[in-house]
Amino acid sequence: MNDIALHILDIIQNSLAAGASVITLYINEDLLGFLVFSVEDNGKGMSEEMVQQVCDPFVTTRTTRKVGMGLPLLSMTTSQSGGTLSIKSKLGQGTTVRATFCNANVDRPPLGDVVKTIIILLVGNPQVRLIVHYGVGTYSFTYDTQEIQQVLGLKEVDYSVPELTAWVREYLTQEITKVREEGEKK
Amino acid sequence: MKSLEDLKALREKLQSDMKVRREAGTKIIIGMGTCGIAAGAREVMAAILDELSLQNLKDVQVQQTGCIGMCEKEVLVDVVKPGEPRITYGKVTPKDVKKIIVDHVMHGKIVEELVVGKIEQ
Repeated sequence: MNDIALHILDIIQNSLAAGASVITLYINEDLLGFLVFSVEDNGKGMSEEMVQQVCDPFVTTRTTRKVGMGLPLLSMTTSQSGGTLSIKSKLGQGTTVRATFCNANVDRPPLGDVVKTIIILLVGNPQVRLIVHYGVGTYSFTYDTQEIQQVLGLKEVDYSVPELTAWVREYLTQEITKVREEGEKK
Repeated sequence: MKSLEDLKALREKLQSDMKVRREAGTKIIIGMGTCGIAAGAREVMAAILDELSLQNLKDVQVQQTGCIGMCEKEVLVDVVKPGEPRITYGKVTPKDVKKIIVDHVMHGKIVEELVVGKIEQ
């Protein structure tokens, strides 16, 4: 994984595999010197025992092979960049994964293309409600797929329609730029 | 400046475009497990969306799936056309996408050199 946005895409795949219908992605580029992201879902959750073991690559729920690399890789990246990884989960209720990376650490990977990650998630999973809170310090904006559904008057929005993909790309880029400008002024 | 108002203006066009896609025959499925993502699945999927838009293909559905156990052959892209075998392409890069879409999806000619699997429906 070359950048943090790819880790985000990967961690959200776990939520999807756990059958989540609502996923909240929180990203803050600068929270007291740390880049922070968290993924909260209402999927099937994990037992306490599983939470303890989940950063071991030889523990996975997958049936196609016996290793799972997603969380172990994220765990390695956070600790190499002076950050932390925490996983909270309750069976039947959902899971929250929170990762922090020290911005001053030279080993912190670049954030990468968050907009592309979000678009891929939206296109691939029209049935899931995705809520994105994007911030820099105390400035933030929210993108909620439910709001877009209401505007379009549709139960399920197909984000692969080019005009919509283009609108989302420009809208997210514009809002992230605004938040960054506000965050940097301070 | 883009706003939610722009979307309202596009509403009817988007609704009818989405209806065409829902009834679409052809599906493209991208492997989006950790193995796929690490091998470049995000860029491949973005390239597929760009190419569909460029070719103005409205009747193709794009989906994603998890790891299917052929991690060493990621990025995996499946093309499923109605009444034809499901074709799995392996080690796909963004530069292969145009050939897969133009030759296979549009003209029905399988890109043999990239095929790693064929499943009869």
